[in-house]
Amino acid sequence: MGTLAEEILSARVGRQLIAGETVVVPVDVVMSHDTTTALVAEGMADLGRGVARPDRGVVVFDHITPAATVAAAEQQQRARKFAADQGIANLLTDGISHQVLPEHGLIAPGDVVVGADSHTVTMGAFGAFATGMGSTDVAVAYATGESWLRVPETVAVQIDGMFPTGVEAKDLILEIVRRIGSDGARYQSVEYCGSAIAQLSIGDRMTLCNMAVEMGAKVGLIAADDATLSWLDGRGSRAPRLVQAHDPGYSRVERIELDGLEPMVASSPRVDTGRPVRELAGMTIDQVFIGTCTNGRLADFAAAAAILEGHQVAVRTVAVPASREVYMASLRAGYIETLVASGVNVESPGCGPCLGRHKGVLGPGERAVTTMSRNFRGRMGDPSSEIYLASPATAAASALTGHLTDPREIR
Amino acid sequence: MARAWRFGDFVNTDQIIPGRYNVTTNPGELGRSCFIELRPEFAQQVRPGDLIVAGEDFGCGSSREHAVIAIQAAGVAAVLAASFARIFYRNAINRGLPVLECSLAGTVEDGAEVELDPIRGTVRELATDRLLTTSPLPEFATRIALHGGVLELVRAHGSLNGVCGPSCDPALPAASQ
Repeated sequence: MGTLAEEILSARVGRQLIAGETVVVPVDVVMSHDTTTALVAEGMADLGRGVARPDRGVVVFDHITPAATVAAAEQQQRARKFAADQGIANLLTDGISHQVLPEHGLIAPGDVVVGADSHTVTMGAFGAFATGMGSTDVAVAYATGESWLRVPETVAVQIDGMFPTGVEAKDLILEIVRRIGSDGARYQSVEYCGSAIAQLSIGDRMTLCNMAVEMGAKVGLIAADDATLSWLDGRGSRAPRLVQAHDPGYSRVERIELDGLEPMVASSPRVDTGRPVRELAGMTIDQVFIGTCTNGRLADFAAAAAILEGHQVAVRTVAVPASREVYMASLRAGYIETLVASGVNVESPGCGPCLGRHKGVLGPGERAVTTMSRNFRGRMGDPSSEIYLASPATAAASALTGHLTDPREIR
Repeated sequence: MARAWRFGDFVNTDQIIPGRYNVTTNPGELGRSCFIELRPEFAQQVRPGDLIVAGEDFGCGSSREHAVIAIQAAGVAAVLAASFARIFYRNAINRGLPVLECSLAGTVEDGAEVELDPIRGTVRELATDRLLTTSPLPEFATRIALHGGVLELVRAHGSLNGVCGPSCDPALPAASQ
């Protein structure tokens, strides 16, 4: 008996674990990317050991790719050398790690996944215990095939009802983060449950799990179900280890009815400041960005295209698919043509301007509406610039008008 | 004499080392960019042995370990905060940067002369003679700290088994992998 976090870890180590225990667990997948791999390589050189399971290692180029500066290119040379030296065949350059690992079938439900990126929690949407760590922890996981964890307590978020028109998973997670707070789930697991989960797409689930770290959580988890298995079907992933929460003991239960939700926006510089878009509607903006591991998937491009179709954007707008697979599917569906015709700059897959390094850096005093997960001061550029977090529909509606706009006003 | 550099609540790793300055693993470069936008004078004026004192959730956000390296390279002896974000906390313990939880850390005056007793885990504010005590390190952190970092622990034990002591359950046989 236990929470989803306790059950996944218990199944992995073969004995019943309870929250609070410190355990060493086998790691199924270890990931690092273009800005963390060089530091991982230094840790392994210091340790004097190689990668224990090269077939379970993944190096992803997503943060500054293609390289925007000589320094970034050098970091990437070091990452390529690391992968080559260690025999890691999975060197992926086709999108954001948290999107392309599942797309390539490299994770399975029940896995323990350790990634040198805080948004590794996104993969909890597949019922995997996926957590972000620093480069030294990841070096140890590469070298030993293991990691140490404190089995986390769990905040349950029970979600029931149906999304009203114009309201999306991003609005839901902004409301959840508002309620729990940016450190309300620190060191804990956030387990999403309730009758609404079955209707949520895998993309929606990834949006929810992605922002678990914005509440301080170690993991964001959703139990794998038929939809998970059908999404992974044909991608060559390993056999799932299917577990459910059984008679769980939660540290807190937060209940949310979808029917009353509205489009939400979180104001610079705090992620937990969500409020209805209509309360801030009319605020002028300088840039819109649609993309990231939070909201760069096919349904997000569909939502943006539906709003922009046949119109011109009023402010500079950047859209970045989370992966080549998303890019290709969006091309086939006509979304990319719609966006480009509307005046949107569609950039190659990756993290895009989320890190403030390329493809849409903000200048002094500029204000952006974005589908990102973080609105920290200066993250996208100048420290005096401001980031507002919202759904793809709200971002697209705001691009159209040049000010923060409730997407229900456009439809 | 060591001085305290006071920061507020929710200092994130983007503020400790912004994304535009962490495209390197060179500690010297990272140290020179530490808090470059939040407190541009920090890197020039910080002296070896100074302390950072802060409020809640220090180090939240990105997992970048460059944040710990930058603070260490700047010469900071320890970070006292009311609480720490988990990835930053692990990174600090793993790299041997003392991170001490103290509910009153955010009340130390900016620039105050302070004295750290790393063995007792106490900080004295000299002007007021106030003694701040910190929470004892959790067991895993103590074990890693005693080795001087997690790489040293793995080197000493050949595996991570030293982290949780005798209660630690070794990994399953290879058949289960």
